Amino acid sequence: MDQTLAEKIIARASGKASVMPGDIVTCQVDLAMIHDSGGPRRVKPQMEALGAGLWDPSKVVLVSDHFAPCTDAESANILKITREWAAENGVINFYDQQGICHVVTPERGHLRPGMLAVGGDSHSPTGGAFGAYMFGIGATDMLGVLVTGETWVRVPETIRIDWSGELRPAVSAKDMALKMCGDLGMDVGRYQAIQYTGETITALDIFERMTLCNMAAELGAQAGLIEPDAKTAAYIEYAGGDPGEWDLFKSDDGARVAATHDFVAGELAPQVAAPHSPANATDVVNMEKVEIDQFYIGACTGAKLNDLKMAADVLINKKVGPGKRLTVAPASARILTQATKLGIVETLLDAGANLLPPGCGACAGYGIGVLAEDEVCLASTARNFKGRMGASSSEVYLASPYTVAASAVSGRITDPREVLVP
Amino acid sequence: MTGRVWKFGDDINTDVLAPGTYIKLPPEELAMHCLEAVAPGFSASVQPGDFVVGGKNFGTGSSREQAAQSLKVLGVAGVIAPSFGGIFYRNAFNLGLPAIIAVNLSMVNEGDELTVDMITGEITNMTSEEKIIGEPVPKNLLEIVAAGGLVPYLDNRLNGTD
Repeated sequence: MDQTLAEKIIARASGKASVMPGDIVTCQVDLAMIHDSGGPRRVKPQMEALGAGLWDPSKVVLVSDHFAPCTDAESANILKITREWAAENGVINFYDQQGICHVVTPERGHLRPGMLAVGGDSHSPTGGAFGAYMFGIGATDMLGVLVTGETWVRVPETIRIDWSGELRPAVSAKDMALKMCGDLGMDVGRYQAIQYTGETITALDIFERMTLCNMAAELGAQAGLIEPDAKTAAYIEYAGGDPGEWDLFKSDDGARVAATHDFVAGELAPQVAAPHSPANATDVVNMEKVEIDQFYIGACTGAKLNDLKMAADVLINKKVGPGKRLTVAPASARILTQATKLGIVETLLDAGANLLPPGCGACAGYGIGVLAEDEVCLASTARNFKGRMGASSSEVYLASPYTVAASAVSGRITDPREVLVP
Repeated sequence: MTGRVWKFGDDINTDVLAPGTYIKLPPEELAMHCLEAVAPGFSASVQPGDFVVGGKNFGTGSSREQAAQSLKVLGVAGVIAPSFGGIFYRNAFNLGLPAIIAVNLSMVNEGDELTVDMITGEITNMTSEEKIIGEPVPKNLLEIVAAGGLVPYLDNRLNGTD
């Protein structure tokens, strides 16, 4: 019987010839990604209480990103526990303050098409950009994976989201993601699998595909998938990984999908989501003139190399508006290096941006750069829930790096096409 | 299980259940900020055994299990909603907090007394004397919640204790 990409991966991981949506199956986990916040500090005491060790240290990737760099003695202790746990448990794949887990894990070649992977973070669907069925789980769920190598999955239906045509200038994957949140809502995914298809998706580079899969979380899906192609294989090889038999992992033509949603890329305008939900997305023209205090380019969603380049394309020979601040937190150390070599960092600094170290930064309100009472932020991040980036009375608008950068110049929400498109 | 209802709207997210600003605090202190952005008196007034009844997509957002943990710490007996954020749903059972899916909750009001049967999914509103048919909890999750959560469940499995 014809199977979807999600069904093929779950069937393989559960040792079955085929699976049906709704089946609850036990899967062998190919990779477990954890970070400093939901990782060692929470699972260490539980592992000790159980007297259990790691099922396979080589299949664990540990990244310090949420509290990195530390801002006080408590977060310093969290990072210390993380390092000690890695050493005690023989975790070789440990990246200490090298960037955000969702970006560092593929960047170091750990993801491969067809994998069943879990991450201790809700943006783990990002791994779907590499053809992996990757989903986020909480700390206790992760404990179960770490000591048994198994987890349960309710085989998802596949919801297809098809994009046709070509994006216009100054419009990006982030705008596509916000458009889907706005039109379809945050529960369209129903914790099933979303598969992005169509010529627009094929044309996107790997980083842009990561942005779409990342925000499958905001669409309420367990996983967000894109069929691997030659671009995927090339990135994995570049990252030092093995793409394996990537061309096996495709949905069959006759595979059943629960729903299909169609979008036309050529009609898409830059999007902005108003507080306090990504589902409050609308065309940027409807949000123009909203005054902003802090402009933020950061997070796994919005500070990859392509995102920094978008911001630099807008900010070349321009300055951040008077009395405003633009904060940039690159998604990884490698991206920061590449952006430096390409002159992107210089452009951002010349424009007046302040640069934070790679990490989750202010996005989840854990790190540096958070918001004061009643402040308003325009961010390239994925979420704008009430109080997320700091004080509970602060407000966050979401947009693409193009829109954040263009708005930083004027000090209020601005259509990036006014700056970039002649 | 029988308890009183605290009613909330759609899309109650993990940032309001367990605000990032307080995430480093011990569980008991973090729980005092649970839902304060939408219901400031909740943590001080909720009683052990009470139910949280939410709208669609309850627990949407991050994987931080402090969202479910805070409700558990406050003594909440279970969460009932038409749909859940998938990670929250798993986390809740892993911490021994049942999450019950039920669609027709519009007639349930704040302060009503409910009796919930996880095995059948049947919810009885003792105040209005109405019955609501929820979904039965899947068998693998009933086993986890019966053990008291995933840690004691794993302890049984790995160490054969009871």
